[in-house]
Amino acid sequence: MSWTAAQPMVSITDVRKSFGEVEVLKGISMEVMKGEVICIIGPSGSGKSTLIRCINALNTIEHGSILVEGQEVNVARLDKLELRKKVGMVFQQYNLFPHKTALQNIMMAPVRVLKQDRREAERRARELIAKVRLQGKEHAYPGELSGGQQQRVAIARSLAMNPDVMLFDEVTAALDPETVGEVLLTIKELAQEGMTCILVTHEMAFAREVADRIYFTDRGVIVEQGPPATFFSGASDPRTREFLSQIL
Amino acid sequence: MKVLLAPGAGAPPASNPPSRPLASARPCLVLFAFLLLSAGIGHAQAGAGTASALEVLLRWMPLLLKAFVFNIAISVLAMAVGTATGTVLGIGQLSGSRAVHAVSWLVTQFFRNAPWLVLLFFAMFLLPFEISVGSVSVALPDWVKATIGLALPVMANVSEIVRGAVRSLPSGQWEAAESLAYSPRQTLWLIILPQCIKRMLPPWMNLYAILTMATVLASVVGVSEIMTTTGQVLASEGGRPDLLAPLYAFVLLLFFVYCYPIARWTVRLESRFSVKG
Repeated sequence: MSWTAAQPMVSITDVRKSFGEVEVLKGISMEVMKGEVICIIGPSGSGKSTLIRCINALNTIEHGSILVEGQEVNVARLDKLELRKKVGMVFQQYNLFPHKTALQNIMMAPVRVLKQDRREAERRARELIAKVRLQGKEHAYPGELSGGQQQRVAIARSLAMNPDVMLFDEVTAALDPETVGEVLLTIKELAQEGMTCILVTHEMAFAREVADRIYFTDRGVIVEQGPPATFFSGASDPRTREFLSQIL
Repeated sequence: MKVLLAPGAGAPPASNPPSRPLASARPCLVLFAFLLLSAGIGHAQAGAGTASALEVLLRWMPLLLKAFVFNIAISVLAMAVGTATGTVLGIGQLSGSRAVHAVSWLVTQFFRNAPWLVLLFFAMFLLPFEISVGSVSVALPDWVKATIGLALPVMANVSEIVRGAVRSLPSGQWEAAESLAYSPRQTLWLIILPQCIKRMLPPWMNLYAILTMATVLASVVGVSEIMTTTGQVLASEGGRPDLLAPLYAFVLLLFFVYCYPIARWTVRLESRFSVKG
């Protein structure tokens, strides 16, 4: 029963989720293979963010199944540590720890959670800082960094845990326009290295360029999906067409 | 006294008829001056208590200062105990377990809405004078009981300070920590509480200043702190009423000198942190 790379890395089947009376996910199914880059687009309130938050169990689901490398997320006694070692997540509001420097933000979880050797964790953290092009900012506090720089630290912090799949929840939505590009570039490089990525985004040009497949969600269901070439030019559902006509 | 009064009061009207309008006022002033003077003379005659207020104050200063240091010690101890237990209680209020939350909330509200003096009385009369664990018994002197009594409301207030500070942090901090696989305990101790200290410091210092001033309540239950000691000094000086004001003014001054800098520092910290957010 062990998971192999031939199987989907993330397998979502008929997921339902309500907040009180409001059903935000109404039977979502999705499969993500290793190394794939998936963009989820759709109007606000269509359940995109809720869906990816369910993948690492920040939100619980009421019905259906989410398998991450074969580990079922929808179980009562979930091994969250095991799940979250596999799944990294980056948030819209960065959520860096303001009382720690960039370097500490990155190396703290490997040291405290994975019990890595401190020097090894620091070496790796410095590598990641270089990777997100923030050399010289190792000892800066989040408050001293721009939004784009903070978000790149947040990406590095997540990568330090060596996840197999990365979730990006509207990571450029809170950024100044001039810093969006540097964050997207970092994600693009990550995708090109073969990292499995699931992104909720409003950056259509970026989705078109980077995504292997695009999912369009509306009111809690997946309306349609496909590779960018066919999705953007040949969307068949009227809801998708209407959405695309509004934003493109 | 009466011998000295009589000529002063009788003289002006007899020798000075033109100043009639003043005549009714002047004798009163003279009378007052004589009263004051006679008070001094009376004590001079008493012999032992001739010292001026300043002399008395200087003589008893070491004892009074020692008693004040005792107040400070009680305040520091009560604050330490109250902070430790209050932090646990505050975290308990944030617990996901409904039972832990309910108990913590109840204890906090109970002690927060009780008069300090009543809590002090309860501690004095409900706590045993010694605690026996097996064959070892530890004495509980009055001042220890008073410290515990004062620590109770401090605990409840610290509990609310902790709860408020933790609540005021954006939930994204918890989510980020959770997604990085920190355990809830690690999140609390490594990420949440360190950020809260900054927010908790001003109200905590404010609470400490209030506690320090409340330590005089311990005099009511017989702990020999500054108020009790001042009373004893007054008694041993023969209960001279003229010493009351200077001695208690000195006590007020001690508290002011100790608490005012804390208040100023608190205001400075508050303004500094409010800018940083």
